[in-house]
Amino acid sequence: MNVMSETSAKFASPFKTRYDNFIGGQFVAPVNGRYFENTTPITGMKINDIARSDAADIELALDAAHKAKDAWGRTSPTERSNMLLKIADVMEANLDLLATCETWDNGKAIRETMAADLPLAVDHFRYYAGCLRAQEGTMSEIDADTVAYHFHEPLGVVGQIIPWNFPLLMACWKLAPALAAGNCVVLKPAEQTPAAVMVFAELIADILPAGVLNVVNGFGLEAGKPLAQSPRIAKIAFTGETSTGRLIMQYATENLIPVTLELGGKSPNIFFKDVCREDDAYFDKAVEGFVMFALNQGEVCTCPSRALIQEDIYDEFMERAIKRTEAIVMGDPRAQGVMMGAQASQEQRDKILSYMDIGRQEGAEVLTGGAAAKLGGELDSGYYIQPTILKGHNKMRVFQEEIFGPVVSVTTFKDEADAMEIANDTMFGLGAGVWSRDANTCFRFGRGIQAGRVWINNYHAYPAHAAFGGYKQSGIGRETHKMMLDHYQQTKNMLVSYNPNKLGFF
Amino acid sequence: MKPDRVTATPAALDLLAAIRADHGPVMFHQSGGCCDGSAPMCYAVGEFKLGTQDILLGDVEGAEVYISAPQFEVWKHSQLVLDVTKGRGGMFSLDSGRALRFLSRAKLFTPDDLRALGL
Repeated sequence: MNVMSETSAKFASPFKTRYDNFIGGQFVAPVNGRYFENTTPITGMKINDIARSDAADIELALDAAHKAKDAWGRTSPTERSNMLLKIADVMEANLDLLATCETWDNGKAIRETMAADLPLAVDHFRYYAGCLRAQEGTMSEIDADTVAYHFHEPLGVVGQIIPWNFPLLMACWKLAPALAAGNCVVLKPAEQTPAAVMVFAELIADILPAGVLNVVNGFGLEAGKPLAQSPRIAKIAFTGETSTGRLIMQYATENLIPVTLELGGKSPNIFFKDVCREDDAYFDKAVEGFVMFALNQGEVCTCPSRALIQEDIYDEFMERAIKRTEAIVMGDPRAQGVMMGAQASQEQRDKILSYMDIGRQEGAEVLTGGAAAKLGGELDSGYYIQPTILKGHNKMRVFQEEIFGPVVSVTTFKDEADAMEIANDTMFGLGAGVWSRDANTCFRFGRGIQAGRVWINNYHAYPAHAAFGGYKQSGIGRETHKMMLDHYQQTKNMLVSYNPNKLGFF
Repeated sequence: MKPDRVTATPAALDLLAAIRADHGPVMFHQSGGCCDGSAPMCYAVGEFKLGTQDILLGDVEGAEVYISAPQFEVWKHSQLVLDVTKGRGGMFSLDSGRALRFLSRAKLFTPDDLRALGL
């Protein structure tokens, strides 16, 4: 691990000192008048005050959304599509600001927010603007004079609970299809990263009609739960972990509404021996593919947190992989050139460290890293972890549980059968990576791995128009694809007889 | 003698007592998955619907601690040590919004422990 030292004086907070909720097109103080301190994980210091809302604010947001929903649901696809395109334009024009906000809020490196999070978020609105314009209903000819028409209709008012690992991108993944489909939204950002979404809301406030987008901040228990339990939402979308995912489904059963869930993974990244056949650009790319576990400090649901290396190439491959991992530049994530920043919170850092402890107890060998990172100066009060490679076997807890940090657990496999068994020996099935120069191997593994997204000879790409979602306990639904529109729409069937004659039954 | 599958640090017991004072009887469910996953969630008794795929690990001063069956499979050789850390996450967990929240640590069972547990 390399360290880049920076003085922080040159970094000015992009935020206002206080954010209210965004309800009915206005910034509205929380009913109870309470705020909570939002800190940046970069230094652990306070950056601003955020509304600490409760059920009363959720009700206000639902009032505003319900007031707006009929008119919004009737807007033409062209109008809605144009508004999404405007949102994308405004975000793009303010990309530096939003990327800076995301870095301050979450602790991730500015080079990632500038090059990935924000461009992807912008593109997401454009993608769904396009999908909406191209979406068609269907018409089925039942017989010579009976026709079944199928129309897409919005669900109405939907609830969305956003995680803290990609605060803006995850909000946009959920907002773009919901708005495109003609729904009004009440969105609850994560309390660990509540501020960047408010800057986004400020920027786009005038584009959408009042009440179409409502953002209510606060704690999960006080604000998220009343949203999830509300009989006034027609659908709830959630990204997070399994116990809360079950509770969200449980609450949804009380109101008989649909849910979409994304609940994480323990993604295998498989390297076959032909990766090392030549020391060329492809080999270099494969080594980078291994080090992708450190992207976003490992706080990605699809983090390639299990690396499976064919035993024939283990030494050769790992020598390069360790060297590349140790070349990761840690430091103040606001500084250009820093590759890895802070974990999102102290509790997250402590959880990662507790897994390193479990791994050591289980006999995992620490190949590099294995501890918190001390970066000096004001960063000492931030939450940093060294990129870490553990070696062990697939039954260890560090191979089976999501650590959500820059930690990869490495093991070897003998042959294809062995690799497939290890890859699928997990309770999750969100992502996977396959690295081989052999197209047949790639195809077999692409189809054989029980995961919703299998990257072949690449990793951590998230383009719109490639479906993203989980098998097994990793969730329900597919995001980043036009099929998500269906998750936010009703199907109206109109069955029409064009025959003037009676049936003759009565 | 069978070892306990769950123990708690004094700080965890203090937080549990504070939560009980506000909310009454509670239970825990060990979560898995991303974000706030791999953390113990604390709910009012009856809030979280337990099912046939939940395993009772034990209790902490009467508060029952559960884990899902697939997760138990990978946990069963370790003891859950309920501890606390600074933080305010936890989604719908009753520690949400306090200065401290629960954290799961682990202690590996010894060979004698494993034999006593029938493993």
